[in-house]
Amino acid sequence: MASNKKYWKSVEELNQNSSIVEKLQKSEFIEDLPTDKFLGDKESLSNSDTSRRDFLKYVGFSTAVASLAACEGPVINSIPYVVKPDDVIPGIPDFYASAIADGFDFANVLVKVREGRPIKIEPNKEAANGFTNARVQASVLSLYDNNRLRGPIVKGEESDWTTLDKEVAGQLAEIKAKGGRIVFLTGTTASPSINALISSFNETYGNVDHVVYDAVSEDAALNAFEKMYGHRALPDYHFDKAEVIVSVAADFLGDWQGGNFSAGYAAGRKPKNGKMSRLIQFESNMSLTGANADKRVIAKPSEQMKVMQMLYASIVEGKSVGNATPVEDAVQKALAQIKKAGNNAVVVTGIQDENAQLLALAINHALQSQAIDVVSTKNVRMGDAAKVDQLVKDMNSGAVSALFLYNTNPAYTLPNGTAFAEGLKKVGLSVNFASIMDQTAELCQYVATAPHYLESWGDVEIKKGHYSLMQPTIHPLFNTRQFQDTLLKWTGSDQSYYDYLKGMWQTNILGGKSWNKALHDGSFKVGTGELELTLNEVNLAAASAALSNASDSEMELTVYVKTGLGDGQQANNPWLQELPDPITRTSWDNYLLISRIDAERLGVKNWTVDNGALNGDLVNVTANGVTLNNIPAYIQPGQAPGSVSIALGYGRTDLKNDMKVGVNAYPLAGAAYHEVSIQKAEGVHEFACVQLQHTIMGREEEILKETTLEDFVNKPKEEWNHAPVFSLDHQEVTQDKVDLWEPFDDTIGTKFNLSIDLATCTACAACIVACHAENNVPVVGKHEIRVSRDMHWLRVDRYYSSDMTVERGKEEGIFGSGDFFNAQTHPSDAPEVSFQPVMCQHCNHAPCETVCPVAATSHGRQGQNQMAYNRCIGTRYCANNCPYRVRRFNWFKYANNNEFDFNMNNELGRMVLNPDVVVRSRGVMEKCSFCIQKTQLTILNAKKEGRAVADGEFETACSSACPNGSLVFGDVNDKESEVAHLSEDDRTFKLLDFVGTKPNVFYQLKVKNTNEA
Amino acid sequence: MAHYEAPIREPLIVGDKSYHDISNDIAAPIEGKANKWWWGVFLLALTAFLWGIGAIAYTIGTGIGVWGLNNKINWAWDITNFVWWVGIGHAGTLISAVLLLFRQKWRMGINRSAEAMTIFAVFQAGLFPVIHMGRVWNGYWTMPIPNQFGSLWTNFNSPLLWDVFAISTYLTVSVVFWYTGLLPDFAMIRDRATKPFQKKIYSLLSFGWTGRAKDWQRFEEVSLVLAGLATPLVLSVHTIVSFDFATSVIPGWHSTVYPPYFVAGAVFSGFAMVQTLLIVMRKVSNLEAYITRVHIENMNKVILVTGGIVMVAYLSEFFVGWYSGSSYEDFTYLSIGAATGPYWWAFWALILCNGVFPQLLWIKKLRTNYTVSFIMAIIINIGMWFERFDIIVINLSRGHLPSTWTMFEPTFVDIGIFMGTIGFFFVLFLLYARTFPVVAQAEVKSILKSSGDNFKRERDNK
Repeated sequence: MASNKKYWKSVEELNQNSSIVEKLQKSEFIEDLPTDKFLGDKESLSNSDTSRRDFLKYVGFSTAVASLAACEGPVINSIPYVVKPDDVIPGIPDFYASAIADGFDFANVLVKVREGRPIKIEPNKEAANGFTNARVQASVLSLYDNNRLRGPIVKGEESDWTTLDKEVAGQLAEIKAKGGRIVFLTGTTASPSINALISSFNETYGNVDHVVYDAVSEDAALNAFEKMYGHRALPDYHFDKAEVIVSVAADFLGDWQGGNFSAGYAAGRKPKNGKMSRLIQFESNMSLTGANADKRVIAKPSEQMKVMQMLYASIVEGKSVGNATPVEDAVQKALAQIKKAGNNAVVVTGIQDENAQLLALAINHALQSQAIDVVSTKNVRMGDAAKVDQLVKDMNSGAVSALFLYNTNPAYTLPNGTAFAEGLKKVGLSVNFASIMDQTAELCQYVATAPHYLESWGDVEIKKGHYSLMQPTIHPLFNTRQFQDTLLKWTGSDQSYYDYLKGMWQTNILGGKSWNKALHDGSFKVGTGELELTLNEVNLAAASAALSNASDSEMELTVYVKTGLGDGQQANNPWLQELPDPITRTSWDNYLLISRIDAERLGVKNWTVDNGALNGDLVNVTANGVTLNNIPAYIQPGQAPGSVSIALGYGRTDLKNDMKVGVNAYPLAGAAYHEVSIQKAEGVHEFACVQLQHTIMGREEEILKETTLEDFVNKPKEEWNHAPVFSLDHQEVTQDKVDLWEPFDDTIGTKFNLSIDLATCTACAACIVACHAENNVPVVGKHEIRVSRDMHWLRVDRYYSSDMTVERGKEEGIFGSGDFFNAQTHPSDAPEVSFQPVMCQHCNHAPCETVCPVAATSHGRQGQNQMAYNRCIGTRYCANNCPYRVRRFNWFKYANNNEFDFNMNNELGRMVLNPDVVVRSRGVMEKCSFCIQKTQLTILNAKKEGRAVADGEFETACSSACPNGSLVFGDVNDKESEVAHLSEDDRTFKLLDFVGTKPNVFYQLKVKNTNEA
Repeated sequence: MAHYEAPIREPLIVGDKSYHDISNDIAAPIEGKANKWWWGVFLLALTAFLWGIGAIAYTIGTGIGVWGLNNKINWAWDITNFVWWVGIGHAGTLISAVLLLFRQKWRMGINRSAEAMTIFAVFQAGLFPVIHMGRVWNGYWTMPIPNQFGSLWTNFNSPLLWDVFAISTYLTVSVVFWYTGLLPDFAMIRDRATKPFQKKIYSLLSFGWTGRAKDWQRFEEVSLVLAGLATPLVLSVHTIVSFDFATSVIPGWHSTVYPPYFVAGAVFSGFAMVQTLLIVMRKVSNLEAYITRVHIENMNKVILVTGGIVMVAYLSEFFVGWYSGSSYEDFTYLSIGAATGPYWWAFWALILCNGVFPQLLWIKKLRTNYTVSFIMAIIINIGMWFERFDIIVINLSRGHLPSTWTMFEPTFVDIGIFMGTIGFFFVLFLLYARTFPVVAQAEVKSILKSSGDNFKRERDNK
């Protein structure tokens, strides 16, 4: 700023003629500056091309650069294709047909591959076994398991294939020279090519045995079938053809005999022409099947045997049965219905007892049941317990020279795992074809590391005549080699397994049909022709007698498998660990299920702590000659008094940190049931449950409607599915008359609706994992689940009925009191169970939308309630105002955070992420989006092809994963679409309709066939 | 100003006070040195404040997950504390504005501190909506400011946005009102100050107040105008805060009685907090002559009235919920389900602290007793905290779908932040008590001749 002020510097300035003043005015400095000193050398100055100004520029620039360089920029490895593969267009997924056959799960799948990475498993609906359960859906994450071995292991050291081949070949030559016995111990592979390879191995080396071992055994059923029909296989069941299904502890909606029966069952559950199937379940622990049953009869394992015997005696032998006990009474009623249904009835049993299985086959044979198929049998369980026992004995006696293990982990899964481990030490050569260092692989000399099925070729005959192909969907991530390739190499063949497989199929299976087409389809069906079955003479009377003499113990223990982990081979898969069990709704755990009565007798308690979470006492369990200490006890409504159950697949010791949960119950497996003694132990267990209130508190009318077949057929809709009414000017009116909001025109364009049929939903939880995979939902771990911070966008609520109803409360005069409410919260000891999948309901009048201060959640033109993550500031008001509580908050940074050391915390695990869906940051709300990335792709594809979107093209991850077709998604503005028809259906209702949110998700109420006669 | 006061009315200034005495008494804490007690309490408050800052830093650095919230109960202590502090902030404006309009002279002894308390409480309140956000750094998006995000606007439907406006307006008007009243008093301190630095500061603060008749005239006019502006704010702020709940669809929140009930509750809790502070302050700062039994009793009467309104609201909430016969109403914060459920202790804390104990104030002997009044004030503060806790946590813990029922437990971070705001509040209040004229001495002087003990006696004895 210019200043007009004048400053006096000295008195001399008063003298106007002073020369000093004059001089000073002319020069800035009084003394001459010594410029000559540094500017004297004119030559060097003029030669320099750096002027003073340039110098300053350099200083400024280097300072700026130095400070900028100090800030580290994020390094993102993004490598473009130099030469683009013909079949890969970035951004466009490819689908490959393949099959999973891991010894426990068998299914035809489609693998979604993005830029060379498999990221999602879809059911291959065109194939016969195109059903995916939760584990199959999650199997894609096991491909990116950080625990996987990176290469072959020789005697505990990382090695290479040349060394391994050389050493093993040397030993094999020695064994061959000695004529030593070589045993292949595998899980059920159901693979024609593996069987052929093992045969040729036998031809090369001689004295080769193949022992098949299932961790979760169906040995009794296989033995019974073999006795009766002469070969080892499992019958197939078509529950859609059954009018009356009587199941004695067969969890056929779970994993009984390999599972995959729920679609057939569901087909019979939609009332058509006044008819639907009726399911009567006798069981001790609450299974999915029991929870879905029309009538669930609580029977201890020993009683179940008697039930089988009574059914047999009445149906086959024509004897009459008593009705002294409630169970006998139930059997009598079931018998009446079976007899009425004739060949439309079927009896199945899950009792791990050969006699019981024999009687079931005999009953179905006597009934000429249409629902059982003993011709086109299934190969999904082939294990032979007797042979495995013999093998363990042989190993211990030193009679086995070489043991090759594939797809099995007997050190962990065998009840006598320690004996196996001991025996293994005496085996000269042990090679494990594992892909992770599991408990058995640790004991083996060599690990010929095998790839994941998504990196492999293979074939499988899931059902007689139904052949499927596996194909690699990604270049092997690690230095692995397929079991089959290794076998070929060791038999001296230089053929690759791919060539071998193709050749074998072309010779034996395809019968001249195209290999490429079979590979494209993923499956190939061979006509088996009419097969005449010979029925062997079996002493059924002896079997029946054995069952009726079943000893009754005070406490009986059974083992079961859970939807999440199954046999436990995917225990390192965080999606499955986090998946809440459909019944107990508890994740990250197994536990001893015990009835309330027994728990009270033993002084065992479950209780709720201040943060709402569940705690439980620990118990010590002694059965089968082993004692398992400190098992958490979970009081299960519907558990038969005098019985306890525990899930297999947990307690693996080869896992790390957070994944190491539960106890190994395999030592308690191996029989129909064990007599057990239980002692309360010191200590408290902390459960991680996603649902803490188990009853519906008298709110059925608005939340979860159900009716009986009788009412459904005979009464008008208003009586079993009436819409809420409101009072307006003292008139009863429907909801649309009392709306606060102006309706908006949503009849133009696409409008998405989702229909959920509660009659066919069996709570198999495949949808939950599918959603997890599709939408990059984070895994949050046991503690976060425990404090009600689960992130699942889709949950399946489970309600037990309570003994305390409004009527009973009024009768007892306690209605409306604290005692009444308290009693209402307690589930019945023999509850009816209801399931309800709940995700964002995509309300047309969404309470969340109005309350967000920054409009981060708003309504889409296609009916979705949309969430703009990068606009969200995280006030969480929307979640509070959601009556359905479907919104999920990112309490922490869940990706790239060592506190949450799951798949999103390592580079390998992050490969599974769907590039179409953003990974949410800390501090934002997230929720179901109706899979907008999928629907938009469908619309764009149709647009490119210049056509309308056809019905059935729109899919969400959940609707496409549902094996039962319970979830139907589509455009409700397309009047011909299935979802539009369903929206008009009599069974349709909306969740909490009276709140007035007008959801785009609707439900079809469940109809129960309560017909006793 | 009326210069006559009936003999039957008790004097508002006791002791033989002259104008000069008043100046001396009010200026004493500012001119003197702080004693050990002040330092002790100040350090304690400062420690709590710093602890709170640490807890907030931890929250912002790590994530809201360090609190005890979950996906069903998305608010708990954060919004409880917010509403509690806003409620406390109600008394100041009511005392200075509404009582000014109603010409209640007893407000003069307490309005300065009550307003200071208001402003400090609103500071604490304003903190919570900010730090409860998952992404605080984007919090400015709640402001309707021009932007380059494709001109994204705020959602004017959201009660949370209304809060932003309501609280900021309230804070602004309160500060202006408070400061206007402070001008003559700052000038008084300025005129007495002997230290140059002090003189400089108070000169600046007093905005060049000279005490001319014109100054006084304008002062009175501005006070009246501001009182007129502030009065509707007393009603609006807590009405809008109550809309956060009342406009929702959640059982127990969705209730039309909330606005008046919240306002009454706010005044109730605000007066309790004024009591808490002034009963201590009159002793510590030797203000017994100006904050008398009459003041305390009058405030207790306001507490009784507003407490009564609150109790009626509780009863009507309870009754209407029960009478509806709806299962969803059986578990709201005022219901049999809550009284007998896992949060029974919170329910009964609310009923006892806010409903039952304050009824003792009907007894004159108790409501004129300093100790009883102090204890009662503390009880009401606790009770009103529980009211907001119950409204938020109990209602959210018992939502529409029983499958989503759960509970909430605070973590040390939740507790730390709450303690931190209490510390911050007292840090501000203690600093204020040492540097501000804590009684509006200019106003008090205006009633000395009419309501001063000695003058009244003199006049009555004539």
